Amino acid sequence: MEPYTNKGKSIIDLYILTALCLLIFGLLWGITGSLQYIFPGLMRDRFSFQKVRPLHVSSVVFWIILAGLGSMLTYLQQHTKRVIYSYRLLLLQYCIFLLTVVSIIISYFLGRFGGREYWEHPPYLALPIFFGWIFLLFNFVKSFGGFKNQPVYVWMWLTGIVFFLFTYLESYLWLLPYFRNNIINDMTVQWKSYGSMVGSWNMLIYGSSIFLMDKITNNKDISYSKIAFVLYFTGLFNLMFNWGHHIYTLPTAPYIKHISYTVSMTELFLIGRIIFNWRNTVSTAKRNFNILSFRFLAAADFWVFLTLLLAVLMSIPGINLYTHGTHITVAHTMGATIGINTFLLLAIVIDVFNDSCIRVEKYKAIIIRGYWIVNISLLVFWLSLIGAGLEKSMWQMSKLQISYSIMMQNLSPYFIAFFISGFFLAIGLFMVVYPLIRIKFVCKLKQTKSSYYVFQSN
Amino acid sequence: MFSDRNKYVLAMFLVGGFIIYTFQLYNSLPVKQIAVSQAADDGKILWQKKNCISCHQIYGLGGYLGPDLTNVYSKKGAVYISAILRGGTNIMPNMDLTDSEIEELLAYLKDVDQSGKADPRTFTINTNGTIHQ
Repeated sequence: MEPYTNKGKSIIDLYILTALCLLIFGLLWGITGSLQYIFPGLMRDRFSFQKVRPLHVSSVVFWIILAGLGSMLTYLQQHTKRVIYSYRLLLLQYCIFLLTVVSIIISYFLGRFGGREYWEHPPYLALPIFFGWIFLLFNFVKSFGGFKNQPVYVWMWLTGIVFFLFTYLESYLWLLPYFRNNIINDMTVQWKSYGSMVGSWNMLIYGSSIFLMDKITNNKDISYSKIAFVLYFTGLFNLMFNWGHHIYTLPTAPYIKHISYTVSMTELFLIGRIIFNWRNTVSTAKRNFNILSFRFLAAADFWVFLTLLLAVLMSIPGINLYTHGTHITVAHTMGATIGINTFLLLAIVIDVFNDSCIRVEKYKAIIIRGYWIVNISLLVFWLSLIGAGLEKSMWQMSKLQISYSIMMQNLSPYFIAFFISGFFLAIGLFMVVYPLIRIKFVCKLKQTKSSYYVFQSN
Repeated sequence: MFSDRNKYVLAMFLVGGFIIYTFQLYNSLPVKQIAVSQAADDGKILWQKKNCISCHQIYGLGGYLGPDLTNVYSKKGAVYISAILRGGTNIMPNMDLTDSEIEELLAYLKDVDQSGKADPRTFTINTNGTIHQ
């Protein structure tokens, strides 16, 4: 295989650029959706929540997946110091994903759904994603000479790719009547696959963020260390068996719930480690805070702590009974997707785009302003969801329940806070994302112009 | 230190456990297979095609704009549900459903209702943190 050069980098950049555009697109639908909470019935006939929610969810899911792939593919080459096995396959995979994402968005506009969480598109659109993922697995494995003595992030990338493929396939078992014809069985298998699937894309992202951390601190020992692998195996154990908390109230087999409850308690070890390393984390943060990428890693650290704390509490069935079906679950999802996944991915994208013809540092001032707006508004956003969740929790446990619509009206102050903070969150993210997109477009334009002049002079 | 061999053994052990757990679950699904009516199965497909889950919940899972519908059939009855499905509400759009589609959705909601109770007030919390109904 050829040594690593910038050849083919533009294909990988396409993954990241598409992902950044999808993030902006998803944010717009997120704002629209939150407006529909404040003004129920808004755009009821043209763009009801039935369309707005999948547009928001799918765009954000594809932001995470495509940016996760782009980051992993970039760092994979930097790690092996060789180019990807086949750029043609990578381009084919990109074209498949792009066409599928566009088709999915069109299907939502037309009101054609498959009606499952995360994947609300018609099921036939899952086929190209599945085959595209097979190409990725093939390309990934062929890009390595061997898997001996690899750092923890390589293990995480491989785990992420393999488990996504498995759980994605599993999430479509409902197409078979054997799995579909009982609601309890269907929901059990559905949430088994979803719980592990989220864990698999987290593996891709966390792997890349560990690579980035090594790069910033210029210390590779950590990713080969015993503790890194202990944490990896704890994560893998949870990915495989800690999904039952989604269905504690479902009348399914008790052993599923008991296994999940027990496994989820191993996350206390992760919380304990964060607390134990707190001082060290803070001093590293102080040392590297001037590095743009590191700022986002540090913010993600803070959100890992909050989200993990909430996750452990929600994994206790007695507490889950109160939080399940309330906005506290949404708070947890938002903390994980924005506070952890998006912050880690932005840290990585800043690093990846730093070798463009314009350095990201040129836009440091606006990105830092965006960073603070995002962090403060995300905290308000998160707290407003927790507040709404607590209120709904009290409603669903009260003996004399008022009607659902009255309860929702009572939640409107939280929804207003949630909309305003969500709006600023989107503004802040735009301030970070826009310079990144601009850099790539300006560089591409410069490259095209210089090729044109070379062509003319010849 | 974790040698490569130890890592592979541990990974194989976990993957093996996961595969056994998965196929054990598939082979003995939590609820004994009960043949549902064709209308209920069609209703489920329609429920998904209309993306009802974006606003409503079943067993607390789904969207939060509308109420949980797990036990709506026994609480509100077929006539009430039909009226909502036929005309929509201030928030829910009119889906232009035919009479047979309404019947299918009713059959599905009846089937869901008979599967159990989603009301969290029907659970008791045990001292070890687990719950039972």
